[in-house]
Amino acid sequence: MDLAHSEEEEEFRARLREWLAAVLPTLPARPDPLDWPARRAYDCGWQRRLYDAGYADVHWDASPTQRLIFLEETELAGAPYVGANFVGLLHAGPTIAAEGTAGQRDRWLPGILRGDEVWCQGFSEPEAGSDLASLRTRAVRDGDAYVVSGQKIWTSHAEVADWCELLVRTDPTASKHRGISWLAMPMDAPGVTVRPLRTLAGSTEFAEMFLDEVRIPVGNRVGEENDGWRVTMVTLSFERGTAFVGEVVACRRLLGELARTARRNGTWDDPVLRRRLGRLSAEFQALWRLTQANVSEAQATGGVPGAGGSVFKLHYSHARQELYEAAAAVLGPDALDLGRDWTLDRLSSLSYTIAAGTSQIQRNIVAERILGLPKGR
Amino acid sequence: MDFRLTEDQRALRKGVRELLARLFGREALRAAVDAPSPSLDRELWRELGAAGFFALRLPEEEGGVGLGLPEAVLAFEEAGRCLVPGPLVATHVAAGAVPGAAEGSTVVTEVDEGLVPWLDEADVVLGDVAGAAPMRSVDPLTPLHRVPGLVGTTGVPDTADVLPATGVAVLLTAAEQVGSAAATTEMAVRYAREREQFGQVIGGFQAVKHLCAGMLVRVELARAAVWAASVTADPVEIAGAKLLADEAATGNARDCLQVYGGMGFTWEADVHLHLKRAWVRAGLRLPAARAEEVVAAGL
Ligand SMILES: Cc1cc2nc3c(=O)[nH]c(=O)nc-3n(C[C@H](O)[C@H](O)[C@H](O)COP(=O)(O)OP(=O)(O)OC[C@H]3O[C@@H](n4cnc5c(N)ncnc54)[C@H](O)[C@@H]3O)c2cc1C
Repeated sequence: MDLAHSEEEEEFRARLREWLAAVLPTLPARPDPLDWPARRAYDCGWQRRLYDAGYADVHWDASPTQRLIFLEETELAGAPYVGANFVGLLHAGPTIAAEGTAGQRDRWLPGILRGDEVWCQGFSEPEAGSDLASLRTRAVRDGDAYVVSGQKIWTSHAEVADWCELLVRTDPTASKHRGISWLAMPMDAPGVTVRPLRTLAGSTEFAEMFLDEVRIPVGNRVGEENDGWRVTMVTLSFERGTAFVGEVVACRRLLGELARTARRNGTWDDPVLRRRLGRLSAEFQALWRLTQANVSEAQATGGVPGAGGSVFKLHYSHARQELYEAAAAVLGPDALDLGRDWTLDRLSSLSYTIAAGTSQIQRNIVAERILGLPKGR
Repeated sequence: MDFRLTEDQRALRKGVRELLARLFGREALRAAVDAPSPSLDRELWRELGAAGFFALRLPEEEGGVGLGLPEAVLAFEEAGRCLVPGPLVATHVAAGAVPGAAEGSTVVTEVDEGLVPWLDEADVVLGDVAGAAPMRSVDPLTPLHRVPGLVGTTGVPDTADVLPATGVAVLLTAAEQVGSAAATTEMAVRYAREREQFGQVIGGFQAVKHLCAGMLVRVELARAAVWAASVTADPVEIAGAKLLADEAATGNARDCLQVYGGMGFTWEADVHLHLKRAWVRAGLRLPAARAEEVVAAGL
């Protein structure tokens, strides 16, 4: 057990901190959270600055520890969130880096790192959410292309995405996990129709996607044909295992903000509320420590985060929702004002126990894959 | 940064686990529970002393083992796992200051949160026990006395309240809680894989699986907190670790009882012993309300 960072890592931290201090005050104001095209431009602009300053590669090339430092420093400094680049940077990119050919890595990774190309995730379908492997979107081979038809739903950022990590059924006769392939689909291909869906927060953060005989080159397939489920597990392990790491730090920052607000508006004098914030602080601190433990384990075993990510995600998603409930108690009547960031974030947080696998599904994973309990129905 | 245990730490943990299995296995536990009145096993205490359990953090020049807080935490986790009775934490913390504590020839207890565990059996009692009256302790293996007028401090404490010595005691108690929480998780999972109802093992039922998954989450979170706090020795982090460890130990014992069903409610099953000890430890050494205040004060 050694929580100290190497000299080299501390130098990296110091340099990054200095850079952030210089750059953050020069950033333009954040766009309206409901305006996705503006958010895309803002998020990509930020990614470009990271790239130009040499920080973009922390996502895949740096050591996991360096990556933790990056997330810790950017979040503590209040740097912009990955936002529209979430899928590209945090799970499509890592998947291509781990499973793609050299040509595929060259084709897609630079665009993600530079913030030129935004990705979305086309996994869920109206009839296939938790039971993802029952997906029906069909891909039929026609020469050097797949012809894809079907429907996807809840596709985050589809409206502003250039590429989609798409799961399709390439063998309808195989058992449900066997006939799936993982494709990179250009969102401007003929036959792709995106219809924004309003979320309960009022924004069009996700969309329905209708695919009508969309031609996707066979060379856009990552992994073997019909081996897409395995590739998907890699994607999901990144999504659950590492994608929320920075957000734990963000929660610690938010909690500090909340405590300051509570001290200002007098709610801090309520011992029940004060203790509630204390408990949350202990939980987020512990989640950060758990992250360090998971990262150390992954670093030692080489690469893809394991089912431990589900342990993390389970507690994190509930703790974060509880943070916004505590915030509502601190804010009082203001908690009902949609003009407050807290209110919008409270609404968004309702998705945390659903998106990227519901808490019920995560518990199944923990019970079956870590504790070895039998698979059930 | 590498959060994993070192080779030496793994070896230490394994060694302590084997030692405790030999000194205080399940049969010894049940024999202790069935004894007419709880008495401290001096032989066990001396053997623990001889193995360096109490002197673990004393410098080698002073006859100790010369290890640190992280190693002590691992050892106490193991003690919590098999419910070793006695004022282990007080004696460990007193090693070097109270003669005989390091060797296990002196049993040291302490007034804590208005309670004194093992008062009649201890050789040295730290704190004022005037008027201490025996209670019928909920934990059959932890006799308790109540000290009048001394109920845990209330109000907003200063983080400075959790001073180094106290902090160590709080953290080691938390480590015992983590050990107990891990033990009840393993018990529940084992039982869920054996017990059959409706023609299948109960571990195949999602309601049972989800209880078990929740238990693992509590253990992992609390353990990460306790281990990290043992490295940083930060008072706020220690308070947070105790909070989560108490929750893991008490919550997991309750869920384990649920998984065991009627069997869990029997005296023969060890589940209640874990729950009762967890309650006692949760009531000692910075109970939840004050731990929450300490962490809040750090915000
Ligand atoms: C904000 C947001 C963004 C999203 N972004 C994307 C995206 O970008 N790309 C994408 O592909 N998908 C996305 N999703 C979809 C998300 O992955 C699914 O909503 C999720 O996997 C759950 O599937 P479902 O909605 O079909 O719910 P269902 O599977 O219908 O589940 C409904 C309820 O039943 C429970 N349930 C289902 N099966 C079981 C079981 N076996 N055991 C116990 N309980 C069960 C669930 O836990 C849930 O409570 C997003 C969702 C949200 C909310």
